[in-house]
Amino acid sequence: MKQGLYRIESNRPLTADVWELRLAGDTSPITAPGQFVNVRIDGLYLRRPISVCDWDGDGLTLIYKVVGRGTAALARMAPGGELDLLCGLGNGFDVSKCTQRTLVIGGGVGTPPMYGLAKALLRAGKTPAAVLGFNTRDEIFYETEFRALGIETTVTTVDGSAGIKGFVTGALPEDYGYYCACGPEPMLKAVYRAARTSGLLSFEERMGCGFGACMGCSCETRYGNKRICRDGPVLEKEEIIW
Amino acid sequence: MVDTRVTLSGITLDNPVIPASGTFGYGHEFAELYDINCLGAFSFKGTTRAPRFGNPTPRIAEAPAGMLNAVGLQNPGVEKVISEELPKLREVFRKPVMANVSGFSVEEYAETCALLDKEEQVGWLEVNISCPNVHGGGMSFGADPSAAAEVTKAVKAVTRKPVFMKLSPNVTDIAAIAKACEDAGADGVSLINTLLAMRIDLKRRKPLLANRTGGLSGPAVFPVAVRMVYQVYEAVSIPIIGMGGVSSAEDVIELMLAGASAVEVGAANLTDPFAARDIIKDLPRVMEQYGIDTLSEIIGGAHNG
Repeated sequence: MKQGLYRIESNRPLTADVWELRLAGDTSPITAPGQFVNVRIDGLYLRRPISVCDWDGDGLTLIYKVVGRGTAALARMAPGGELDLLCGLGNGFDVSKCTQRTLVIGGGVGTPPMYGLAKALLRAGKTPAAVLGFNTRDEIFYETEFRALGIETTVTTVDGSAGIKGFVTGALPEDYGYYCACGPEPMLKAVYRAARTSGLLSFEERMGCGFGACMGCSCETRYGNKRICRDGPVLEKEEIIW
Repeated sequence: MVDTRVTLSGITLDNPVIPASGTFGYGHEFAELYDINCLGAFSFKGTTRAPRFGNPTPRIAEAPAGMLNAVGLQNPGVEKVISEELPKLREVFRKPVMANVSGFSVEEYAETCALLDKEEQVGWLEVNISCPNVHGGGMSFGADPSAAAEVTKAVKAVTRKPVFMKLSPNVTDIAAIAKACEDAGADGVSLINTLLAMRIDLKRRKPLLANRTGGLSGPAVFPVAVRMVYQVYEAVSIPIIGMGGVSSAEDVIELMLAGASAVEVGAANLTDPFAARDIIKDLPRVMEQYGIDTLSEIIGGAHNG
């Protein structure tokens, strides 16, 4: 983890309430897809944790949904401005655990870290397939970006306005050896029950510090108590208690 | 060259800055970021006799200029703290550490303190009789002078280490509780713990924290801390460790003028992991700005005349 200032290169809406923020700055603290940053926002006391969608040597991309005062303030930030981040938080997805054909499953605003994961799997010589779930056509984002990676991409919508009607669990391909998922907890639970193989699931929780000091985001697992911010947000299927 | 040293019960600290219990774990997360030997000391995560998971989540909420927490004393239990955490801590922190202890009965406080008394690295015991986030314990001891005195006596009977009683601001007269602790043999008092608070989620129309209530900390509570340290300083002659929203070297000096011999930094560590280090770095400059050569000489300075 490192603290640093990052320059806003662009900040644009992808849907009615989902935004893409590109930042320039030191990405050396990011060691795995699925890690997150904790963003200081003027006028608010606690930082806001946001998953890293993608990164390279020059900067990183964050995708966030406007759900409260913090993310609303973030959506008002203009290019050229600076953000104070704690960067490279959490464990992220362990790509070495993933088999040759791994499913990356994203639900709503849980989709962004799966993009960086899909790229990391491709870099590791694997052939991931993506299943992305949204409520409705208007809420879909990054479908084009996933397809541009050249990977098999399936989109589902709850109302059937685009892709396959229903939830991601109704659209899982048959032939996969492992899966990674991020999304709302009901989706994670459904995937956990529907999937035939082992996998990794990324969780969300309200956090204090984001780096393991305050015990604000603890959960109980079969491997003992874990802090979502530090020992997670990615947990192995086998350790989750549901 | 200014002198930032202060003394707490015969142990000299390089500076008065002490990360507060519950905001600094057992030191490791911060030792990865900077050399924590720059600290005056630090107060480790509140430790109980038995392991505790704590409260369900959400445990954290935003507040104007602060935050609420209802962690509920999650800790691995005193035996594991002694067998696992203290040996690891010795590798990154060479100074005496403050052992923060909580309990649910007078006997439990005494048992936990007796075990920690044998640990060479423990410089002081900080006995938390003020946790607002657990039921049937914590704050109930700190809300009544005779219960506070009873815990103090029980702990003093099992340890030769200096005992600081950590007091709750959620009382009518904190000075009376402090006086009861002093009369029962406490070597000092720490104040203030968090203020009992609540936030309600407008969408769900329910309290935001799973525990419903939580403790408010951060800059929002700083003036309350200054007032309470000031009042307690007038009531007792034992040293006071002041805390509550401290975020800058100026805040450290303000609490010391109110009567604190040392100052804990809490919530600030969570929003800025370098907060304690940066306050220590800044302290000599701010001392010079206010014409202070020897920091220990300003303790209680606001009471003169």
